[in-house]
Amino acid sequence: MTKRIGTEVSLAVADAVKMAKPDVISAYPITPQTHIVEELSEFVANGELDAEYIPVESEHSAMSAAVGAAAAGARVYTATSSQGLALMHEILFIASSMRLPMVMTVANRSISGPISIWNDHSDIMAQRDIGWVQLFVEDGQEALELTWAAFKIGEDKRVLLPVAVNMDGFILSHMIEPVVIPEQSVVDGFLPEFEPQLKLDPADPVTFGPVGVPEVYLEAKKQCEVALNGSKAVVKEVLDDLNKTFGRNYDLIETNGNTGAETRIVTMGSLGESVMTAVDRMNGDGREVGQIRIRLWRPFPAEEFIEAAKGAKRLVVIDRAISPGTGCGPVAQELKSVFYGRPDAPEIVNVIAGIGGRDVPVSDFVKMVEMAEKGELAETYTLWGLNSDA
Amino acid sequence: MSKQSICAWQKLELGAAIRDPGNASALKTGDWRTLVPVLDEEKCIKCTLCAIYCPEFCISEREDGLFRPDLNYCKGCGICANECPKSAISMVMEDK
Repeated sequence: MTKRIGTEVSLAVADAVKMAKPDVISAYPITPQTHIVEELSEFVANGELDAEYIPVESEHSAMSAAVGAAAAGARVYTATSSQGLALMHEILFIASSMRLPMVMTVANRSISGPISIWNDHSDIMAQRDIGWVQLFVEDGQEALELTWAAFKIGEDKRVLLPVAVNMDGFILSHMIEPVVIPEQSVVDGFLPEFEPQLKLDPADPVTFGPVGVPEVYLEAKKQCEVALNGSKAVVKEVLDDLNKTFGRNYDLIETNGNTGAETRIVTMGSLGESVMTAVDRMNGDGREVGQIRIRLWRPFPAEEFIEAAKGAKRLVVIDRAISPGTGCGPVAQELKSVFYGRPDAPEIVNVIAGIGGRDVPVSDFVKMVEMAEKGELAETYTLWGLNSDA
Repeated sequence: MSKQSICAWQKLELGAAIRDPGNASALKTGDWRTLVPVLDEEKCIKCTLCAIYCPEFCISEREDGLFRPDLNYCKGCGICANECPKSAISMVMEDK
């Protein structure tokens, strides 16, 4: 029976993983991802989940074991955060280049140093080019449902790539929210069993991950790039299916508030919820402002974004990571690239906010819009809330 | 544009996996070579030491009884020239 419960979002993700019936979970605990894998290890220990739980000695091993299990044809899940994701770095490329589907929740947390356990997007932004499908969720319900969607996307024969589901650490992972959990049969109907296209099998030998000599490497990279770019249509298809099955309205790019406004705030992740409140408040006060939310980060849905931004004169792009040595944050860089040379290109104003767990209240977004409209924000980027003597 | 690729990317196996064991022999590694071994037939005593020492196992006896490298695989390392007791092999810069 479908039930609506109040639960910590991490535990809802663990429930989602259990209902996705993975064969192998290989994970190493790291704050703020710990509650997910802790709960999953209990499910396996209690016999509630028939899966192999590999308690590895590091995240490098967690991803390596995930690669091996996926090559053997298993449905694989792992989760990590921050330094853990950084430690996985080299194996993340191996998983995508070997075209192995798997799902990883990333409870986004800032990268040290200074040492920080708090939330921002600097962990995943350092992994932008790993060749994985990368999704961002805003709330607990999305975290639950996009976990199933992630398996379905990655395992699709047209994709066969690993998928990372990003959710903000603490702000989302440790939040207790009402979450609607459907019956197992509904999830089973949405997510079919995994049928690997190629797997390690003594009866039909295959070499996974051989040396890519100069005569092969370029073509191998091209194959992965085409698969990742092509995954956009599959993500769209799976979200449409999800919307029908669970009664949602998810899309690659979503809009909120006044869709014809000159000023739009662009968000990715849980800050989008605060911005929704800020936009509603401003719209209620008679101020025209809209919001664009990015759900799919890789591959970046450029056409969909351009369509969503139609008529905008100014985009106030909120970044949750600093990109040292460049002119602005990663999301702003992406959008400047998307709009480059287009006559309809809006002005792109970049605000880097919420770094290292710094709080960004609703009223701050109202202030950002006011400052942007008056031209009071820096042309490059503004480090929001920076304490400076200048 | 150089013709260095083995096959079109569309024909490459998923994830560049290899489905036919032993296909390394299809990869001609001889183009890594800078120096090529040249045999002085007068000096060669057919002792086979060059074939034994060759790390590529690419030197074998030919129809004329002499030992020569398969240049599709010879990387020009010069071990054969170094080991030849009669100094019958010299390493020569190869024009490409």
